[in-house]
Amino acid sequence: MAARKSNPKSNVSAEELLSYYKDMLLIRRFEEKAGQLYGMGLIGGFCHLYIGQEAVVVGLEAAAEESDKRITSYRDHGHMLACGMDANGVMAELTGRQDGYSKGKGGSMHMFSKEKHFYGGHGIVAAQVPLGAGLAFADKYKGNGRVTFTYFGDGAANQGQVYETFNMAALWDLPCIFVIENNQYAMGTAQGRSTSSQDIYKRGEAFGIPGEAVDGMDVLAVKDAGERAVKHCRSGKGPYILEIKTYRYRGHSMSDPAKYRTREEVRKMRDERDPIEQVRDMLLTGKHATEDDLKAIDKDIKKVVNASANFAKESPLPDLSELWTDIYAEAEL
Amino acid sequence: MAIEILMPALSPTMEEGTLAKWLVKEGDTVASGDILAEIETDKATMEFEAVDEGVIGKILVPEGSAGVAVNTTIALMLEDGESPDDAVVAAPKAAAASIPAQVAAPVEAPSAVEWTAPEPDWPEGTELKKQTVREALRDAMSEEMRRDEDVFLMGEEVGEYQGAYKISQGMLDEFGSKRVMDTPITEHGFTGIAVGAAFGGLKPIVEFMTFNFAMQAIDQIINSAAKTLYMSGGQMGAPMVFRGPNGAAARVGAQHSQDYAAWYAHIPGLKVVMPYSASDAKGLMKSAIRDPNPVIFLENEILYGRSFDVPVMEDFTVPIGKAKIARSGTDVTIVSFGIGMSYAMEAAEKLAESGIEAEVVDLRSLRPMDTQTVIESVKKTNRCITVEEGWPVGSIGNHISAVLMQEAFDYLDAPVINCTGKDVPMPYAANLEKLALTTTDDVIEAVHKVTYR
Repeated sequence: MAARKSNPKSNVSAEELLSYYKDMLLIRRFEEKAGQLYGMGLIGGFCHLYIGQEAVVVGLEAAAEESDKRITSYRDHGHMLACGMDANGVMAELTGRQDGYSKGKGGSMHMFSKEKHFYGGHGIVAAQVPLGAGLAFADKYKGNGRVTFTYFGDGAANQGQVYETFNMAALWDLPCIFVIENNQYAMGTAQGRSTSSQDIYKRGEAFGIPGEAVDGMDVLAVKDAGERAVKHCRSGKGPYILEIKTYRYRGHSMSDPAKYRTREEVRKMRDERDPIEQVRDMLLTGKHATEDDLKAIDKDIKKVVNASANFAKESPLPDLSELWTDIYAEAEL
Repeated sequence: MAIEILMPALSPTMEEGTLAKWLVKEGDTVASGDILAEIETDKATMEFEAVDEGVIGKILVPEGSAGVAVNTTIALMLEDGESPDDAVVAAPKAAAASIPAQVAAPVEAPSAVEWTAPEPDWPEGTELKKQTVREALRDAMSEEMRRDEDVFLMGEEVGEYQGAYKISQGMLDEFGSKRVMDTPITEHGFTGIAVGAAFGGLKPIVEFMTFNFAMQAIDQIINSAAKTLYMSGGQMGAPMVFRGPNGAAARVGAQHSQDYAAWYAHIPGLKVVMPYSASDAKGLMKSAIRDPNPVIFLENEILYGRSFDVPVMEDFTVPIGKAKIARSGTDVTIVSFGIGMSYAMEAAEKLAESGIEAEVVDLRSLRPMDTQTVIESVKKTNRCITVEEGWPVGSIGNHISAVLMQEAFDYLDAPVINCTGKDVPMPYAANLEKLALTTTDDVIEAVHKVTYR
């Protein structure tokens, strides 16, 4: 199946468009702020920004129900915000503070929210793929009709455990959507240098898993594809693969100078394909919003993001006693 | 000269079997490849084929005979011109194997010493029954699966094959394929799926056909199962059991003969148990399944067929993290766990004959480890040796030595000695394999060293 072009006039309401705009903009501004705090030394270690890829999670969340599950890699801030986790809690985790989602013990790469059905935040490339199938396994076992969005990158797609998982997910008809966020670079290695066949979505064919390539800069195309995948999985037909072609504007992590691609390549993508600008255009040309409306939205989002930064700076460091908590769950024998 | 048909060894650890059924009778002519008999091992019923052509002259071991030792002559086959009477004369030696038994015998670990712990884990007067470790493990899993719908078993050959080592025998029939799930041969993948299922609220029991294969999956065990509770600030963890045979079996070479006790005991977030007896296997398995943390449950192929007293109780559990005094003594403390206990107990019995009374501590759990029981024992005996089959560097014994140095230094009258497997990959040759493992004699020698007598 080739990449489908979404029809901007497809039946999407003004409210929906506006909400995608807000959700994507929140991720973008949040990530910019995180980058800033990293530069100030308030965030340490590894920090992988999602800027440029916002349409992927926002489009898929539009196709998901709240109690569906999600799991992803270490480039996870966008997924958390998109599924409704609190910006304060995410930012406070980035600064390693007591009020972070993991009480400051997980950091950028290891955050979870049972309440929002977000299962991490995993730092080992592709480890989340069988884990996601396992979440789907549990849902199928319980017969609760949930589906799991299992996100991974084009780099992870070359790990062996992905194919072990494809095999079992197909064998057992697990309600799992494998979302390959193909941002074209596995750290610094362009896809053409790491991947024998460029169409990763076809890799499910050997297992009988349907797949499609999706324009990941177009939030409506992502949403449409997400709805097809959800319908397939929820009806008990087993897993589905979405290869979502996207692009990250920043380096792999904060310490990556991104010398493996040209500035022009990045600029061209930003200028011509930016997912937020595309929706902005739709809002304005469709007369769903005025410039002033959008400015007001921008302002609100900046407020939320600045508040999260302040929260994350003011939240105390975890108590030293936290070193020794959460290693074991209490047995209730 | 009649051809002797010998009781075959049909698995690496088989010492004896049951001659279940003869499919030929005296006087029958057989060709090579014909099935002569059905033989039950502790793992399966196997068909036994003729290798040579001839006429069945005399059946020496009737069908239904149990406990027939490997290499016993079970029948004689006549060659041209021989009569059955010649055959009888020609068959004087049952069990006199053509290969020296001490070389061919697949199992080197001593057989179980009959013993009762000074303080058993059940109330006085509880009825006991003899059960193998294999049966105890199956009963424990089945009882817990009856108790909790969220518990399920997955692994290679656990269902239709009835378990590669027959641990899950009968479970598919009782619980169905939803809860006794055969997986493809894909440890990394199915372990990750099981951990994910645990995150999602189920309580998986993952069987590794052997723990050697779990190395393919060790990233998921450690990075995903053990660490997630901590990384999530206590929000979610992996309530599950990873189980299977661990350590040397017999004659299976370097890649299938490794003891992972020290590896897993190293990891915060995991619990690790390694029972010796059937009652501990049962009680600890039930506790492991109920535990809200990932538990590594290290079994041993050679112990599967050993029988021990198991209490007949509605709901018998053994707490994780509690050692057991397996034998009381005053002169030296021998600390062991798992199959190491068979060397420890045999050594203790032999030492008693020369007037040395050893106290034997069965750790049972390696994480958390009940070092307090070891320390209390050493305060009494002032001497300690440890016994395990794993390698010496970074061993469980090393850890116990360090703990005793730090917490019982003033009570020690001799250095602690660690009896371990030798620092080599496991060789295949029977004599070298025996040399590579620790032995009862190693234990006795170590005790003599630390007791200076």
